[in-house]
Amino acid sequence: MKKLLGIAGLLLVIAVITTLLSYDEGSDKYTFLSAYNLENLLRRVGMFGVLSIAAAFVIVTGGIDLSIGSVVCISGCVLPWLLNSCGVSGWLALPVVLLLCAGIGLWHGFLVVGLRLQPFVVTLCGLLLYRGLMRNFTGDQTMGFGDTGSGLRWLATGKIPIVEGFGLPAPLCVLAVVAVLTGLLWQRTVWGRHLFALGRNEEAARFAGVPTGRLTVLAYVACSLLAGLGGCLFVLDVNSAQASSFGNFYELYAIAGAVLGGVALRGGEGFVVGVVLGAALMQLLSNTINLVADSNQLEFAVVGAVILMGAAFDELVQRWLRFRGARRGS
Amino acid sequence: MSGRPGSKAPLLAVSGIHKAFPGVLALDNVDFEVAAGEVVALVGENGAGKSTLMKILAGLHRPDAGEIRIDGQATSLASPLDALQRGIALIHQELNLCDNLTTSAAMFLGAELRRGPFLREREMAKVTSHWLARLGLEVDPAVMVSSLRLGQRQMLEIARALRADARVLIMDEPTSSLTQAEVARLFEVVRELRDAGVAIIYITHRLAEIEELADRCVGLRDGKNSGELARAEIDHNAMVQLMVGRDLQGDVRSPHQAGEVALRARSVRTAAFPDVAVDLTVRRGEVVGVAGLLGAGRSELLRAMFGVDRRLGGEVEVAGERLANGQPRQAVAAGAALLPEDRKAEGLVLSMTVRENLSLPTLRQRGVWIDDAYERDVTVQAVDQLGIACRDGEQEAGALSGGNQQKIVLGKWLAAEPVVLMLDEPTRGVDVGARAEIYRQLDALAAGGMAILFVSSELEEVLALADRVVVVREGAIVGEVSGDDRTEEQIMMMATGVAATSTGARTA
Repeated sequence: MKKLLGIAGLLLVIAVITTLLSYDEGSDKYTFLSAYNLENLLRRVGMFGVLSIAAAFVIVTGGIDLSIGSVVCISGCVLPWLLNSCGVSGWLALPVVLLLCAGIGLWHGFLVVGLRLQPFVVTLCGLLLYRGLMRNFTGDQTMGFGDTGSGLRWLATGKIPIVEGFGLPAPLCVLAVVAVLTGLLWQRTVWGRHLFALGRNEEAARFAGVPTGRLTVLAYVACSLLAGLGGCLFVLDVNSAQASSFGNFYELYAIAGAVLGGVALRGGEGFVVGVVLGAALMQLLSNTINLVADSNQLEFAVVGAVILMGAAFDELVQRWLRFRGARRGS
Repeated sequence: MSGRPGSKAPLLAVSGIHKAFPGVLALDNVDFEVAAGEVVALVGENGAGKSTLMKILAGLHRPDAGEIRIDGQATSLASPLDALQRGIALIHQELNLCDNLTTSAAMFLGAELRRGPFLREREMAKVTSHWLARLGLEVDPAVMVSSLRLGQRQMLEIARALRADARVLIMDEPTSSLTQAEVARLFEVVRELRDAGVAIIYITHRLAEIEELADRCVGLRDGKNSGELARAEIDHNAMVQLMVGRDLQGDVRSPHQAGEVALRARSVRTAAFPDVAVDLTVRRGEVVGVAGLLGAGRSELLRAMFGVDRRLGGEVEVAGERLANGQPRQAVAAGAALLPEDRKAEGLVLSMTVRENLSLPTLRQRGVWIDDAYERDVTVQAVDQLGIACRDGEQEAGALSGGNQQKIVLGKWLAAEPVVLMLDEPTRGVDVGARAEIYRQLDALAAGGMAILFVSSELEEVLALADRVVVVREGAIVGEVSGDDRTEEQIMMMATGVAATSTGARTA
């Protein structure tokens, strides 16, 4: 809980700093606070937030999924292909794509649980495999919607008006729904309880009669399914996908967001709210750089530095608390 | 589940059990039974087959041959869950709880009260409180398992088993990490459960506990039944007989010649007791035992002197050389060695071979390249000298029994030829045979001029091994005893702070 407050505080501080730095003398306005910028930022938070929750599902079990970016690529290429080349209607194409991605998760789960392969290896190979297959499938051509998909596109580009000139972007609403459902699942249901238990001590959970194998598979399915959903949002947002670059590195954004939000890599720890905040912080940082610097060349460097400082600061605070606790305890 | 049988008929019985693992016949035609309202102790050296038998009873392993009967009915146990549902619960030696859950979540893990898929947290908390209170544990069900002390976790495991209606409770080394008070409470609970008709199987290396608690004692040796003792026959020597088939001499001390000062600590302060400064001197050829209750700051003192934990103040010298604070590497270079309390976490690399473990601390002195001949020599010497029971030096350390693992830890530091050897609970989880071997080795090392300082929670061990006993209470050295007329009572009184009213007067 303290961690959540910490990250919320960090989010606020960076937002304030960004606001101040984004002051534009010409128009006497803070660019950061413009409706256009905020809507854009929140839209990206919505889309990347879904990916971070995807990553968190697997990390909570003590595993990792490096293939998220490539699964994003799959859904990003297959959705336009279904609509444009096959003439399938949007409301049928979306479930088909999600089902395909869930199938990929099932495959990961089988390899991890059934064959006892390391999640790192399985999903690293997935990362290479799916992108390679997609590039071959599309012949490296850009996959676009043409004049189809206009109804679906509301999911990514639409907004719900709040005040004059500003509306909540639809992807943020999608994230809200996903986050609430995930939160219920994690905190309130038996499956969530079991997922966290097996993530920390699989042996103990198995001994208590928890179906650890089945739940781990489910976590991988949820992860790839949500990655697929994220991919759909991304491609609907930009209207086209290029298999060689679409979703590149997104798994790292997803994992960084989850970890930044307090999901422990050793498993069994984390809150959905934290994951959403973590993903938001990642997007805020990239927004800051875009607004403040002339180019985004430094983006990765800044993101890396901030996460590193956060982790080091957290560790030092923990150590100090332990030390103080030890002195008090005597 | 059927009602509790009123007769003395065995509640759980196995007969003719065979179980083989690749290369080993772990159990060979073993019979075992336990009746309702009975505490049966199971003794045997490490590797005698106790764990395998318990795992079969708890449904973790299936026997190759033999019969399992519950309430006289032949049956089979498919899984731990199956065993639990038939009322057999195993309480692990290494506590098997998920420490990221709350107490009530851990209590109900795998058997949650639910409404549809949703958890009924309030009901679970209520039931948890009820059971914990019955075991005398005042803990809020919302507290995380990670913040419970080991003794409380033990009680939580027992509460878990009782909540699941367990009629047979298997306890594997339940007291290995409990404080004295917690042990006393545990014994009370065990007796209450026995009187309530629960069958209890109790495994421990601490024979005194069996004398105090058990109605019957069953021995295993090399995977076979080695005999049985009725309540009246249970005593230390008889149990040792069952385990090793011969008597072991308890007191191994030979006269030592104390030489020059090897270790000198001046006003050392540790994080555990920041306001207490400790002075301590150990001479070459001397074996000094540090006694005291759990949490008295004994391990912390050793760790701070060696430098694995930072000292808050004070100076430590080894063979005249001052040790820098918080630098175990320098301590090793100066001639100190520390055998840590937690063997598996700090003493050994379980996934490496016996050879690699043995040469680990000294290999760097032989240059950048791995000196194969040196490694071979060290291995052969240690295996011979300490009698490490392994196939060869290439076996994984993790595959050996606890006693043999401890011998490896000892062996790797012997290769470094330290001036001062510090040991923290050197025989925890080590069986009687390997224990005697370790005692003999330490005695011989001291005779050869090494200074030995060890911490032990077992007074028997302290008395058997130490020339001089230093007693620690709340971080401070509160007394020292030496000579042959010292008694356990003397030490206990100093350790607990009870005034010595009639020193030496033994109670029956």
